[in-house]
Amino acid sequence: MSRDRDRWIRIHADPAFQRLHDEKTRFLWGLMAFAVGYYFLLPLGAAWFTDLYRKPVWGAINLGLLFALSQFAVAWGVAWLYARRAARFDRMAAALERQAGEP
Amino acid sequence: MKGSARGALAAVLLGAAGYSELAWAQAVQPEWRPLCFAVFALLIAFTLFVTWRAARKVRTSADFYAAGGAISGLQNGWAIAGDYLSAASFLGIAGLIALYGFDGFMYSVGWLVAYITVLLVVAEPCRNIGRYTMGDILAFRNNPRVVKACMALSTITVATFYLTAQMVGGGVLIKTLVGIDYQYSVIAVGVLMLGYVLFGGMVATTYVQIIKAVLLVFASLVMVCLVWQRFGFAGPEYFQAVIEHPAVQGRVATLLGGSSTLSGVELGRRFLEPGLYLKSPVDQISLGMALVFGTAGMPHILMRFFTVPSAQAARTSVIWAMAIIGGFYVLTLFLGTGAAMLVGAPEILAVDRGGNMAAPLLAQYLGGGPDALLGNLMLSFVAAVAFATIVAVVAGLVLAAASAMSHDVWVGVIKGERATDEEETRAARLCSLLVGAIAIVIGILAQGQNVAHLVALAFAVAASANLPVILLTLYWRRCNTAGVVAGLVVGTASAIGLVLVSPNMTYPAQVRASQQSVIEQHRAQIATLEGDGEARAALERAVVQAEAEVARLGDRDTSLVGLAAPLFPLRNPGLVSIPLGFLAVVLGSLCYRDRRAEALWEELYVRSNTGIGRSRGAAH
Repeated sequence: MSRDRDRWIRIHADPAFQRLHDEKTRFLWGLMAFAVGYYFLLPLGAAWFTDLYRKPVWGAINLGLLFALSQFAVAWGVAWLYARRAARFDRMAAALERQAGEP
Repeated sequence: MKGSARGALAAVLLGAAGYSELAWAQAVQPEWRPLCFAVFALLIAFTLFVTWRAARKVRTSADFYAAGGAISGLQNGWAIAGDYLSAASFLGIAGLIALYGFDGFMYSVGWLVAYITVLLVVAEPCRNIGRYTMGDILAFRNNPRVVKACMALSTITVATFYLTAQMVGGGVLIKTLVGIDYQYSVIAVGVLMLGYVLFGGMVATTYVQIIKAVLLVFASLVMVCLVWQRFGFAGPEYFQAVIEHPAVQGRVATLLGGSSTLSGVELGRRFLEPGLYLKSPVDQISLGMALVFGTAGMPHILMRFFTVPSAQAARTSVIWAMAIIGGFYVLTLFLGTGAAMLVGAPEILAVDRGGNMAAPLLAQYLGGGPDALLGNLMLSFVAAVAFATIVAVVAGLVLAAASAMSHDVWVGVIKGERATDEEETRAARLCSLLVGAIAIVIGILAQGQNVAHLVALAFAVAASANLPVILLTLYWRRCNTAGVVAGLVVGTASAIGLVLVSPNMTYPAQVRASQQSVIEQHRAQIATLEGDGEARAALERAVVQAEAEVARLGDRDTSLVGLAAPLFPLRNPGLVSIPLGFLAVVLGSLCYRDRRAEALWEELYVRSNTGIGRSRGAAH
């Protein structure tokens, strides 16, 4: 049990793991805050900036409708960005696993 | 007219999943019912065939709970979409858009954004740490018996709320379309669902989800193309047609009441602007929070991540799910506006006050109307897909609740993890049978009840209880058993408690007062009218309806918990209960420090971030 625990503490303290942790924390929570913030702008804007939402942009399509549609683009964009970055996290994790070896 | 608009509003408030039984008229003429029945039977037979094939693959408990971890990322993505695109989103959101335009579409956005939380912070760590249930994740560095018991309770609570809404919806749908009595309809939904779960476990449930999601997207795509064909494939051209359409303009005029001085096209434009449905922004944000944080705490969604072989596949599956779900909601915008133009709000409201039949009615119209073979065939197809949706979602929920009972409570708590695989599989089947039977009973008992707010409540409990404990277990060193218990109890209790004292409940004194004023207003209007015109008949019908509503209240003066008026102003408790849930986990953890939980932190954190030492799904 205690040798097992030492193994996990060793990996945890490994600079490579700490780098993975730092990068992941910054990237994931930053992206999360942006995505959630962007989403809540939609109902907030609809309630308090109604006139802005009414502005016609392209024929009958107004700014509000475009903003609502942009939410889909942003959500997919976030997923795409994450998928791209996650490949890098995977490589870092795989390197750690090789280095850590079997228990 | 204003009164009926308000009635419709009351029926759909929050209620993308609002099914009020009385309001459903007949969408299918009796002579077309055999056709409708045949389409239903064909689809059911197909899913049962798939279940029969799947049943042979289910031997171990890993197969039953998690399909042996052998589902691919793409398949799981479709299955997640299937789990998520419940009748609430398919029927409910299309209806909201048809009736309220922009606000209905805005409502749909939160359901997609919710998956960002799942993708970024929940899916992969859960795959790396857990095996079959949410309880597994919590048990890693906490007292397994205590947290598994509490998590199972919360899982069952969430599943029951969600399930009740689905059972009632399914019963009503069959009753309306095929003409079978409500009770038998509910039993049919329950028995069919049990067929999938008992024999095919997670394997069959997954395949049924995939089939139904594919059919749902296919049906929507066909309908949207048919709508575009009439109004133009280009965006501006299409929306120009929307705002110029007399049915849309008439709907907005009705919603705004007599006070509006807008011209035709101005009324049409108003349909694409906010404010026709969602009146309280704070409530909107509270619901948004429940969706964005609750989806990641939904047991039947999280369970899906144990069916794939790796964290990478879990990630791929969420990305596919986001593409499918998002694409579907964009299609819904056209289904809704299409129904608003072609079917028209009065028709939609005549069949169901909540607007839930907008999409099926649009299908009927596109196929040539209520007297055409193709029209009824299309309506039956769309309705059968909606029915399959309900059965499949219920299957997913029952499987989640049964897994919590058998894997967490029976094996984990009662047997202390000492049960053979054979015993566990048998227990899982028995628990499914039990949960299924309970679902049927609840469905029958809930007949005629307004179950609309139960879906929102399920998300609120998931967001206030499940998500805080999972998130803090995965990301906070100090989190421990006391914190988890406190979070689950406080989160669940505050979400349910706030709803019990919220405007969602019926307050007889208030309803009576408002209905009386409706009756008086209408009577005064009737007195000023001359002759027996259509307007008079409509007013008289409204009076009868209001009187019936007053009569239904009996001599009750207070709500279920004995209140004359709501104590809490919001319909959605999330804004208050989610922070309370997080706070409870933090305080509980800080008050009762647990060295063991902290000692296991490094192992958990390394495992969840790298996947080192993970159980590989199909290890058996």
